[in-house]
Amino acid sequence: MGRQPIHPRPGSAFSLGSKLAVAAPYLWLLGFFLVPFLIVVKISLSETAIAQPPYTPVLDVAAGWQGIRDFVAGLSFANYITIAGDDLYVFSYLKSLKVAAVSTALLLLCGLPLAYAMARAPRSVRPLLVTLVVLPFWTSFLIRVYAWINILQRDGLLNQALLWLGLIDQPTTWLATDTAVYIGLVYSYLPFMVLPLYASLEKLDETLLEAAADLGCPRWRAFFVITIPLALPGLGAGALLCFIPIVGEFVIPDLLGGSDAAMIGQTLWTEFFANKDWPVASAVAVVLVVLLVAPISVYQYLQTREIEGRPRGRPRGGRRGGP
Amino acid sequence: MRRMSFTNLVALALGLAFLYAPIAILIIYSFNGSRLVTIWGGWSTRWYTALIEDRAMIDAALASLGIAIVSAALATVLGTMAALALTRLRFRGRLPFAAMVYAPLVMPEVITGLSLLLLFVAIDLDRGFFTIIIAHTTLTMCFVTVIVQSRLVGFDRSLEEAAMDLGCPPGRTFFAITLPLIMPAVIAGFLLAFSLSLDDLVIASFTTGPGATTLPIRIYSEVRLGVKPEINAVCTIFITVVAVAVIAASLIGKSRDRGRGLALTT
Amino acid sequence: MRRGFAPWADPTAAPLVRFENVSKHFGDVTAVDRLSLDVYRNEFFALLGPSGCGKTTLLRLLAGFEMPDGGRVLLDGRDIAAVPPHQRPVNMMFQSYALFPHLSVAGNIAFGLRQDGLAKAAISARVDEMLALVKLEGLGGRRPDQLSGGQRQRVALARSLAKRPQVLLLDEPMAALDRKLREETQFELIDLQARLGLTFVIVTHDQEEAMTVAHRIAVMDKGRIVQAATPAEIYEQPRSRWVAEFVGDVNLIEGVVLETGAGEAMIVDKGGRRYRVTADVAVGAQVFIALRPEKVRIQAVPAPPDAPNAMRGRVWDIGYLGGVSIYKVRLDDGAVVKASVANVARLTGQAIGADDEVWLSWPPDAAVVLTS
Repeated sequence: MGRQPIHPRPGSAFSLGSKLAVAAPYLWLLGFFLVPFLIVVKISLSETAIAQPPYTPVLDVAAGWQGIRDFVAGLSFANYITIAGDDLYVFSYLKSLKVAAVSTALLLLCGLPLAYAMARAPRSVRPLLVTLVVLPFWTSFLIRVYAWINILQRDGLLNQALLWLGLIDQPTTWLATDTAVYIGLVYSYLPFMVLPLYASLEKLDETLLEAAADLGCPRWRAFFVITIPLALPGLGAGALLCFIPIVGEFVIPDLLGGSDAAMIGQTLWTEFFANKDWPVASAVAVVLVVLLVAPISVYQYLQTREIEGRPRGRPRGGRRGGP
Repeated sequence: MRRMSFTNLVALALGLAFLYAPIAILIIYSFNGSRLVTIWGGWSTRWYTALIEDRAMIDAALASLGIAIVSAALATVLGTMAALALTRLRFRGRLPFAAMVYAPLVMPEVITGLSLLLLFVAIDLDRGFFTIIIAHTTLTMCFVTVIVQSRLVGFDRSLEEAAMDLGCPPGRTFFAITLPLIMPAVIAGFLLAFSLSLDDLVIASFTTGPGATTLPIRIYSEVRLGVKPEINAVCTIFITVVAVAVIAASLIGKSRDRGRGLALTT
Repeated sequence: MRRGFAPWADPTAAPLVRFENVSKHFGDVTAVDRLSLDVYRNEFFALLGPSGCGKTTLLRLLAGFEMPDGGRVLLDGRDIAAVPPHQRPVNMMFQSYALFPHLSVAGNIAFGLRQDGLAKAAISARVDEMLALVKLEGLGGRRPDQLSGGQRQRVALARSLAKRPQVLLLDEPMAALDRKLREETQFELIDLQARLGLTFVIVTHDQEEAMTVAHRIAVMDKGRIVQAATPAEIYEQPRSRWVAEFVGDVNLIEGVVLETGAGEAMIVDKGGRRYRVTADVAVGAQVFIALRPEKVRIQAVPAPPDAPNAMRGRVWDIGYLGGVSIYKVRLDDGAVVKASVANVARLTGQAIGADDEVWLSWPPDAAVVLTS
């Protein structure tokens, strides 16, 4: 028998407080998350105009019913047709998806051994390890990317080290390449992969592995047959937590990447700030969200399952008493 | 005490080295007397002294701090409320609410930034400190919710029942029992919201206005033109401040929780 | 101490707690099924049953953490369904103890008193009194995580007694203790209850515990009360097969009533063996004879010809429990009967050994005839 959610008795102070606890964040998110997005959709259906605001049509409520009809008449899918037809955008989307997929795979490759090592460390050391992994994350994202510019530039430390080791004859260009972008992405998003993985691995009941060994399963196989399947939620959460934002990533490809084939985040930025074409930028944004709806929904599903409190391997705290 | 296997130790060492090497290099080079990365000009603090004269940089730093404190405070309150609502209360529209809470976590920042700017333009709100604060609150409250909610899910509800059984009404029970025991998560949420706000470039760029330049915006505009040693100095200061704050918070949390048998990072 | 206390037998006595046709569902699971029960003032009442029988739900209904889906819960004649838990004069000792980790021992005990707004001095005095009651003097300043399991249990007990509730609810309070500690605590609880003059309702799945502490026990199964009576009645006069099997060890012999007369019945079993049992049943009824092992007389020499209900068999297994030996005897037709004997003498060898031929017998009033 699980704990039932609380039903506050109507009229009590607790009930008032509960209503507020729900209403305040709800309204905030509705107003500052949902509504803005609807506005983006609306503007994606508009045209640029030399005006303030720089798009048309603008909904003139004072004009009454005719104003609304003019407004709807002015909307069009022209921007979407532009995007679909122009290779620049199509390649940008494809490149973003490809980079995100490859980075996520690299992140899994690098993050899993690290998370596993942390989860198997002696219990007293684990909080320290978590702090150590999280600490770089607390320092600025921008700074960490910038740190790599230091290392990767032509006369930077990486080339210096390679020259010194005799592995290359002259300085290689690392910056403004896809390699640099991948390095930057993996470096910046590693904590996002490691922490959910670690949380999932740490909850793993070690007696399960002992039982496997007792039944004759070698350690390496137990890892694939027991540890990985039970860590799947953490893996899924970590992978999605990295993949989805990387698709729309701007700072890293902008600072570390080359000028050919920009990722979609850069394209959106250019469209908005350089070309001042708000409607097209909005259309780019809407298409991006549509592309990401599937992975975002999967992520939401995994997270709401987390709220329902499904234990994995080891029961959590709190009573689960029977009647 | 179990001994760690060799592969695990190597993985740990490599991982941590990878994470910290660039930062260490940055810090070292902030003391480089020479402007060039290729030449080591001896230990010097000239870049730090140059910083003190950089009015624009200092203004940007103060602006960032102010925005971060306000938005983190707001985000912590709203985020904790959302976490409580999601884990404890049953109400209509629970699923869409959960969707809205988790979406900003993964949504690319360019989209959140763009949409908020378009909102501000549509309602004719002047962009500046106020709009950045709203934007940062919206983004970071979701992180607070995730952290507090994960603590609430494992919370022993019989403690609250015991309090009520002893005569404490539900409202007072929350403040006397629940809140003190989830406080480490709330504080962790606040710190996370604070650092995310301090660090944010993309959303701030979209929602900023004249006179409201934040530190990341400033750093970014300088960095686009290439590596500058002054930036190294700014970054080192930033890193040091954050590291000290996080370590201090962690130690305070640990010594407080020692009496409660809880861990800050649980 | 316990002699003569039987308010349930007094038709003029009003119960302190009354469950009237109470039902509770969780989804499509019925936890409590139209249950009615009375608990009297100063009673030590036990709810006994297997997991999932609804006993904890019943407790929580009384505490106020669950609302009944049907029926009424009355405290001192008043329907308390509308009263929230923090306003009920009922306190609970939780199975997990639920001690507040961020408060000291004294803080935990004082918590309920502070909610009532008592003066500081009065609270302090009561806390000291409680600490002395549970023998934890001087530990008021400690934190829960600095105490042993047994000490934490006492703090939980002190905290739940501090407000002198009308009814104290105990949810499997001794589940986490080892056997020795459990026995000591059981007697302390009996003593406390009598001294303080309170009403206790305890939930347990341990029948020995229920039999030790309770004035009356309600044996529950699947949300219903199967039998509510004193421990002696439940043990010696179980009302159904289920109760007979659940509480203590029992031999069950299935049979049909052949004849009745003079307060006894003649019952024949599948193997054709006949038994004479004190019973009030109809001829032809399908019945079960419930016979407790300690009532069976076992001897290695043939039973005298007038021995009632005599049976012959071979010892198949002996369970040596120190104070008692339980003999499993296989009869000629293969049926197994258990007989237990107190080991009253310190013998270096068993008087009756494995594979020995033995004779069993038992008087007609040693067993009970059950029709369900």
